Amino acid sequence: MAEENKVKLHGVWASPYVKRVEIALKIKGIPYEFAEEDLVNKSQLLLQYNPVHKKVPVLIHNGKPICESLVILEYIDETWKNGPLLLPQDPYKRAKVHFWTSFVEKELLENVHLVVRSEGGEQEKAIKVVFEKLKLLEEGLKDLFQGETHHIDGENMGILDIVLCSLFGAHKAQEEVLGVKFIDPEKFPLLSSWVTAFIEAAVVKELGPPHEKLVAVYQFLRQKTLQASAA
Amino acid sequence: MREYSYFIPLPLQAATMAEEVKLFGKWISPFSRRIEVALKLKGVEYEYIEEDLVNKSPALLNYNPVHKKIPVLVHNGKPIAESLVIMEYIDETWKHNPILPIDPFEKAMARFWAKFIDDKFWAIWPAVKKALTSGGEKEREEGIEEAQLHLNTLETQLKEKKFFGGERLGFVEISASLIIWIVVSQEVMGVEILTQEKFPALHKLTQKFVEDDVFKQCVPPWEPLVAYFKAQLGALAASK
Repeated sequence: MAEENKVKLHGVWASPYVKRVEIALKIKGIPYEFAEEDLVNKSQLLLQYNPVHKKVPVLIHNGKPICESLVILEYIDETWKNGPLLLPQDPYKRAKVHFWTSFVEKELLENVHLVVRSEGGEQEKAIKVVFEKLKLLEEGLKDLFQGETHHIDGENMGILDIVLCSLFGAHKAQEEVLGVKFIDPEKFPLLSSWVTAFIEAAVVKELGPPHEKLVAVYQFLRQKTLQASAA
Repeated sequence: MREYSYFIPLPLQAATMAEEVKLFGKWISPFSRRIEVALKLKGVEYEYIEEDLVNKSPALLNYNPVHKKIPVLVHNGKPIAESLVIMEYIDETWKHNPILPIDPFEKAMARFWAKFIDDKFWAIWPAVKKALTSGGEKEREEGIEEAQLHLNTLETQLKEKKFFGGERLGFVEISASLIIWIVVSQEVMGVEILTQEKFPALHKLTQKFVEDDVFKQCVPPWEPLVAYFKAQLGALAASK
C-alpha cells in the first residue's frame, strides 16, 4: 500500500465509537492498520493526533488525523466513493439521516449510559427516558422508510445503522447485566427487526466483540457504579 | 417583555411552484440566526416565521414533533430541524457560495470545529449566566472563571488558526457567531468575561462578524437585544 494512501485507526477494542469506524472501513473494503491504545497511559502519538479531546477513535489518512467518530464516518464516505455509500445522495434524505443520527447520539446514547451508571430512583428515571426516546425513534424510522423495507447486510449499512449498531448491538449483554429489555419486538417492532438484522450482518459478526466479552464490559461498568455509591 | 416583531425587512417569498423556503425561528436565538446567515450568503429568498416558544404554533409542532424547537427550515413543504443539519442541507441544496470546504479533509475539520464550538457553548453559557446573575461576589467570580476557562480553549485554537479558514464566513465562523451573545449579555449586565485583553483573537472575531455585510443584517437589533437581556437576566439576578 502506498505510503500516501495508508490508513491507520487508533482505538480500543471495547469502544463502540471505534467499532463504528471499523464497520465503515470494512463495508468500504478499505485496508487499515489498527493501533490499540492504552487509555490509561495514552501514547504520545494519540496526544499529538487528538490534542483537543485526547480520545479514540482517531483515523490517520495520508498522515492527517481525523477525530470524532461521526466526522470520521462522513470523511470515509466522501473520500472512498467506490463501494457502498454510507449516506443517501439526496439532500433531504441525507438531512433526515443526519437528524436521526444526532438524535441517537444525543438523546438515546447518553441516557443508556446513565442507566448503566446510576441506581435506584435515578436509574428508574433514566430507563423511563430511554423508552420514551425509543418510541420517538420507532416513529422516526417509520417515516424514514415510509413502507420500504430496510435491508441490512454487510454491504448495505449506512451511518444510522452503524450508530444504532454501536449502541444496541450489545443489547443482549445490556439486558443480561441491567435486567432491562430495550430492544423489545412488541414495543418497537421496526427497531427490533433492524437491530436483529445488523447483529447478523457478516461485517458486524466478524468485528465482534463476542457476547461474553460484552457482558464482561457491562458488568465491569456496573460494578464501578455500585462500588462508587457504596464508598 | 414587550412584544417584539421582527422588523428587518426580508424579501417575502412569493409562493411559486418552483421553490418555497420557510424558516421558523426566534429573533433572540443564535441558532436561528445562523440559518439566516447561511440563507443570506446563498441569496436564498425565504419567509421568516417568528415563533413564540411559550405558545408554540401548530405548524412548529407539526414540523418538529421530536424536539419542538426552532430553528426549523421547511423547503417545499419538507421540514429539516437541528441547526447544523440545516446548514449542511442548505449547502448541499444551493451549491453556489459554498459554506463547507470542498476537500473532504478540510470539510472534516470544519465539522469537527463546529461541533466543538456548539459543545463548548453549552458549557460556557450556563457559566456566563451564573456570572451575570448571581447575587454573591464569590458565585460571580466562579462563573467568570468557569466561562473564561472554556473561552480560553476557543481562544487558543483560534490563535493557532486551526479553524476560521478564510476571509469570508464559512461553516465554522457561522457556528461561532454565538459568541456575540456572550459579548452583548456581558455588556448589558456590566460584567467583564470576554475581554479584549484576555481574548484578543475572539474579540477580533466578534468585530469581524459585526462588520461583515451579510452577518450584520442578521445580528439582532441592538436596543431590543439589550432590553431582552436586561429583562431576562435582570429577573434572574433579582430572584437570587
